[in-house]
Amino acid sequence: MPEKKEYKVIGTRPIRHDGVDKVTGRALYGADFHTAGLLHGRVLRSPHAHARILSIDTSRAEAYPGVKAIVTAKDLPDAADKVADLGEGAVHLKYLCDNILASDKALYKGHAIAAVAATNAHIAEEACALIDVAYEVLPPVLEVRQAMEPAAPLLHETLKTGSLGETAEEPSNVASHLQHKKGDIEAGFAEADVIIEREFVTGTVHQGYIEPHNATALYNPDGQLTVWCSTQGAFTVREQLTEILQYPISKIKVVPMEIGGGFGGKINVYVEPVAALLAKKTGKPVKVLMNRADVFEGTGPTPASFIRVKMGATKDGKLTAAQTHLAFEAGAYPGSPVGAGAMCIFAPYDIANVLIDGYDVVVNKPKSAPYRAPGATNAAFGSETVIDELAKELNIDALEFRIMNGAKEGVKRADGPVFPRIGFIESVEAAKQHPHYTSPNGKKHHGRGVASGFWFNIGLASSVSISVNPDGTINLVEGSTDIGGTRASIAMQAAEVLGIPAESVNPSVVDTNSVGYTAVTGGSRTTFATGYAAYEAAQDVKRQLIARAAKLWEVDEEDVQFADGEFSCINGKEAQLSFHDLSARLGETGGPVVGSAAVNPPGAGGAFATHIVDLEVDEDTGKVQILRYTATQDAGKAIHPSYVEGQIQGGVVQGIGWALNEEYIYNAEGTMTNASFLDYRIPTCLDLPMIDTVIVEVPNPGHPYGVRGVGEVPIVPPPAAIANAIYDAIGIRMTELPMSPDRMLKAMGKI
Amino acid sequence: MARKTHVQTQINGDSVEFLCEARQSLLEVLRDELQLTGAKEGCNNGNCGACSVILDGRLVNSCLVLGVETGGKVVETVEGLAAPDRLHPIQDAFLENAALQCGICTPGFLMSAKALLDNNPNPTEPEVRYWLAGNLCRCTGYDKIVRAVLDAAAAM
Amino acid sequence: MPHVAIPSLMRNLTAGREHVTVPGNTVREVIDNLEHRYPGVKARLCEEGRIKPGIAVYIDGILTTREGLRERLDADAEIHFLPAISGGIGE
Repeated sequence: MPEKKEYKVIGTRPIRHDGVDKVTGRALYGADFHTAGLLHGRVLRSPHAHARILSIDTSRAEAYPGVKAIVTAKDLPDAADKVADLGEGAVHLKYLCDNILASDKALYKGHAIAAVAATNAHIAEEACALIDVAYEVLPPVLEVRQAMEPAAPLLHETLKTGSLGETAEEPSNVASHLQHKKGDIEAGFAEADVIIEREFVTGTVHQGYIEPHNATALYNPDGQLTVWCSTQGAFTVREQLTEILQYPISKIKVVPMEIGGGFGGKINVYVEPVAALLAKKTGKPVKVLMNRADVFEGTGPTPASFIRVKMGATKDGKLTAAQTHLAFEAGAYPGSPVGAGAMCIFAPYDIANVLIDGYDVVVNKPKSAPYRAPGATNAAFGSETVIDELAKELNIDALEFRIMNGAKEGVKRADGPVFPRIGFIESVEAAKQHPHYTSPNGKKHHGRGVASGFWFNIGLASSVSISVNPDGTINLVEGSTDIGGTRASIAMQAAEVLGIPAESVNPSVVDTNSVGYTAVTGGSRTTFATGYAAYEAAQDVKRQLIARAAKLWEVDEEDVQFADGEFSCINGKEAQLSFHDLSARLGETGGPVVGSAAVNPPGAGGAFATHIVDLEVDEDTGKVQILRYTATQDAGKAIHPSYVEGQIQGGVVQGIGWALNEEYIYNAEGTMTNASFLDYRIPTCLDLPMIDTVIVEVPNPGHPYGVRGVGEVPIVPPPAAIANAIYDAIGIRMTELPMSPDRMLKAMGKI
Repeated sequence: MARKTHVQTQINGDSVEFLCEARQSLLEVLRDELQLTGAKEGCNNGNCGACSVILDGRLVNSCLVLGVETGGKVVETVEGLAAPDRLHPIQDAFLENAALQCGICTPGFLMSAKALLDNNPNPTEPEVRYWLAGNLCRCTGYDKIVRAVLDAAAAM
Repeated sequence: MPHVAIPSLMRNLTAGREHVTVPGNTVREVIDNLEHRYPGVKARLCEEGRIKPGIAVYIDGILTTREGLRERLDADAEIHFLPAISGGIGE
């Protein structure tokens, strides 16, 4: 159980350890990497959304001055029928390889076809234009319901629907069907006095990190491959490289550079294997950078979806049944987050009868990648809108309705697991009592909406080692790339154990040769799991230092106590040493002290959030202006509250962008027509008010300090909260994302 | 090989000479020729502000300025913001307010904020939001960035 | 004896039963005993001596690896077979 005590470091707001590097421009991100003899790579991408590749002729490009090498899918090892085990999930190796460089078919506009290494990036780009590719253009499938039609063009002739181990006879674009069932859905609806059923559509959106993907690779003559890149997980890059290149894992070193945002989109590799192939062919270091259009057209969006939700409640306000059909676009290869959406959709509520059907469907769009609580935002847009409608129909306050039906410890989710101690009710109570919710709201065209969200969070493996310096500081070595201040939140947990200030920890994020396996910075796991490893490594240091103090004082280890940064003797002998003073005496007591830990903690503890939004609808332009926003969230225990607030604020604003502006706009040929930051419009600071946050702390029993992951769940409620506020403002239910001015005007009957 | 032009300019107070092709942007020159990698490339078409620098006192997207255009001009980049022994008050305010997460947009925001405060030492919140609207941040939701700029104005 | 929650998509093999109690000290033994009672179950869950890709095994709510057949079980363990989450991890 979490320690119940006053903390010295946890809960404070120190300056982050990498802060000065990042405000002086000295922090080195992937694209900033430079080394002698560097060549520059550029990827040629398919102009067609769906086409058979008939031939690739690179001869004109090879003859271009300055060109050093060209690679295509032929340079990748044969991947047929192999299964790649990526630790966190197994996938068909052919899919993995084909997404790096297409072998037989281009499956989306922007699909990588070939790559050039040249003496500078301009030459590489010019040479790409000289590669002659013959295509047989095929009709694209661009929408999930269309793709599920039996007569739809097939992306993969061999793909057949899998349903938990059973495979269908006929090929289909439906890669898999999943189902969760609890109770008796028909009986549940029979019990209900009010039933609401609605259909929802969400658009394709991008994670929108500001830093494009990048990778630099170098092959040494001894076969050692080194890759420098910006990634959410150096070890997952190593795993993917070893599978895609069929190359020994011990011969690959991945060096994580600073990373300029990821949100789930920098887990899959794209240019890393390409840089490696070019480096192998040239014997020189090769850097491959994407531009912004490459990022939009060639990397993971999060999928569009079609969602049907039906929920029923008694007139007393008890939810009796919930059913959903979730159809998610996986993009070109199977693997949409429909499974996670299915886990999350009704999780905040205690409902006896639930039926969830999910479909993972391939379409001619980039292979989808995780995006912050993947799948949960799509799902919650449907369920939280229907919850709002039920509450209105029953004339019950929307937050009270959530409290009446809220999941608590011991409630079994539809997908099986039973909740441990969670803070859903507490997050709703905090919203209900917030001055925002109790303030007046009644101006014409102004509306207020609320919505909740759930994300399960993950644990997975993390490793940390700590060495003690003679001046009472420690060096902390970790494998979690720092996307948003986790050097600080991890260091603070070690500091708390050892009774030293956060500033006495020097955290380093190191390469895959220099620390134990550590899973990705994702799943809201880093402060939880790598923090857990730091806690355990610090406990290891503490145990060793107790032994040193015992040696110095010539007493038994049991007679040494450590509290508040002081070692003291408790067998009657007067002796005391601070952590600082003892660290100076390691040489005379046996030499250096290094503590380490590798953990795989199971109790990630789910995260819940509840949001309140006030907005104004401009009847003439259809524009929705956010006026006030408050987000409450159970963080378990906020290690560094400023960065918890920051995660909440950032997630909220991404959710606002998803709700109001962001979408891939495709033409009939399957070309994204808005592949720039001008036309794919993410929120700017001018679009927004301050985002108020309320951190609720219901300690997670699965972590020594009670930490729950916080990063993902704040993106889940905004689209539904905003849709509910729009209904409050103008009496219209919006069921399609984004709720952009044109869709608003259409809904209002103005165009 | 494309022909190169000799350019003499002043960057962060130092006289700097470089050779560049006519097609190279100031951003490319800073990053690839001069190894001043503080300015970042987020879009290379003037929409994200990650490459913001100050050119003759005016805030520009360095991806939209050609290297050859900077001859005889004065360029300020994030590398020149701090004094040798202390950070600039805007840098301090960003750290104290936790106004960065991944940090890739931070150099651009710092230069944008400097250009604002150079011209308007006491901006209101709407003025800060209006001025910074050309800089995209995907991590923070801008709340702490806006507060940091207001704090820096108060401190300066 | 361990309790197995039969996924809805496999209940055609168990005559509609949602929960089955079967003996077994490991996941492998439980699946073998399930197969004995409800032929066809093993082919749905395993291939080449491992849990199939795309299937996740949870023991008492905790996810095990694809080598999960070796996992030892407490006498009253609860086992779930669920679709593996792909794309399920984000920022």
